[in-house]
Amino acid sequence: MKNTPFTEKHKALGAKMAEFAGYNMPISYSGINDEHASVRNNAGVFDVSHMGEFIVKGPQALELLQRITTNDVSKLTPGKAQYSCFPNNDGGIVDDLLVYCLEDNNSYMLVVNASNIEKDWNWIQSFNTNSVEMHNISDKTCLLAIQGPNATKILQPLTQVDILNLKYYTFEKGTFAGVDNVLISATGYTGSGGVEIYFEDKDGAADKVWDAIFSAGAAQGIKPVGLGARDTLRLEMGFCLYGNDIDDTTSPIEAGLGWITKFTKDFNSKEIFEKQKSDGADKKLVGFEMVEKGIARQGYEIKDFEGAAIGRVTSGTQSPTLGKAIGMGYVDKQFAAIDSEIFVSIRNTLLKAKVVKMPFA
Amino acid sequence: MNFPENLKYTKDHEWISLEGNVATIGITEFAQHELGDIVYVDISSNGKALAAEDVFGTVEAVKTVSDLFLPAAGTITEVNPALEANPELVNSDPYGQGWMIKMTVDNPADIDGLMDAAAYTALVS
Repeated sequence: MKNTPFTEKHKALGAKMAEFAGYNMPISYSGINDEHASVRNNAGVFDVSHMGEFIVKGPQALELLQRITTNDVSKLTPGKAQYSCFPNNDGGIVDDLLVYCLEDNNSYMLVVNASNIEKDWNWIQSFNTNSVEMHNISDKTCLLAIQGPNATKILQPLTQVDILNLKYYTFEKGTFAGVDNVLISATGYTGSGGVEIYFEDKDGAADKVWDAIFSAGAAQGIKPVGLGARDTLRLEMGFCLYGNDIDDTTSPIEAGLGWITKFTKDFNSKEIFEKQKSDGADKKLVGFEMVEKGIARQGYEIKDFEGAAIGRVTSGTQSPTLGKAIGMGYVDKQFAAIDSEIFVSIRNTLLKAKVVKMPFA
Repeated sequence: MNFPENLKYTKDHEWISLEGNVATIGITEFAQHELGDIVYVDISSNGKALAAEDVFGTVEAVKTVSDLFLPAAGTITEVNPALEANPELVNSDPYGQGWMIKMTVDNPADIDGLMDAAAYTALVS
């Protein structure tokens, strides 16, 4: 099991640690509900250094990325990022990712899921017939997400970069807490605003940055937040989690990711997705809330009122913000409309739920 | 962590307080801490006669769900009504207001055979 440069910090804070994607990660500190509320109302810090980062560069980098991702990389200019996914050749998803444009048409950073680093690397390489230069910088890259309505205000004194006015899905490189070459990105997985910062772990940079953030946010009550609340926060926003809501067998069209699937260019599985888009996909990822008391969990069956199977739960939890049970799952298309009545099989009992709009909160 | 001397304990991290043949049952401080924020205690076995190790309910935390096992054969006579609206009592007061069920035990000697506080402390440390 790998550690991140912040593992000792987590342990010193009394975090509940567990293995996630091969890394020893903090699941919670003060409790998931408390950490969740801290991000929604104030500010919280996540160590997500387990995520993977690849640099893809050279004159043919754009062409390679256009082939292997669904979103249109040519729309990016330096300082902009986009959400995208790698489709496989069978209409499924290899991984979802962020693409950062470092230099126009020439240098990009891809941020991928920790559990898929090797799989993604090999997948990209299998299409890299023009010897585009690639570097896996995952192991030396620290990634902290500082999220919440007060996050940028707390961090602004630590840098010359104007993070208070950094637009969503844009980034700048600068000095942060005395550490050079920190990539500050107005992105995140919580829906509460804030930034994500990427930097190399050298000369004690990890400790320096972590300590500076917590001392800058002490008066404001900034808190460390674990992967537990990261999951409840993203689920309330209806953000997909790879391995739960999207995987090798689900398409971006089925998953509601048509907005990152651009048919103006060629890419893997394009024809399959185009057909799904024009004919309508047979199944659709929907958000639902429980009407009867119970909590839906990943893998539970979704049924109609007669008990016939119509789908499966991909994510489910008690929403800390709403105080009710919410979930996501794939259902047959005739049950995908808002307000459709569906039933979740929880310990052999069918409990009523209804399809609702996302985000939930 | 606190494991009161006057209680008995199971390997499933439940505590039992016995008076005559009436047992009060809940989960230990260790169990509530491992589960994290508890959001729903689902017990629909009130009035049922069950065997030892039968599942009498489930406890749902934000991230996980865990079964509750009956420590001894008997009949469930009461479910803590306070947990319906305030399941977090299991976190804040696991041995007091967070109790889960009362039951009549078929054979009170079954409870004597469970772990005492020292044995349970050794199990979880």
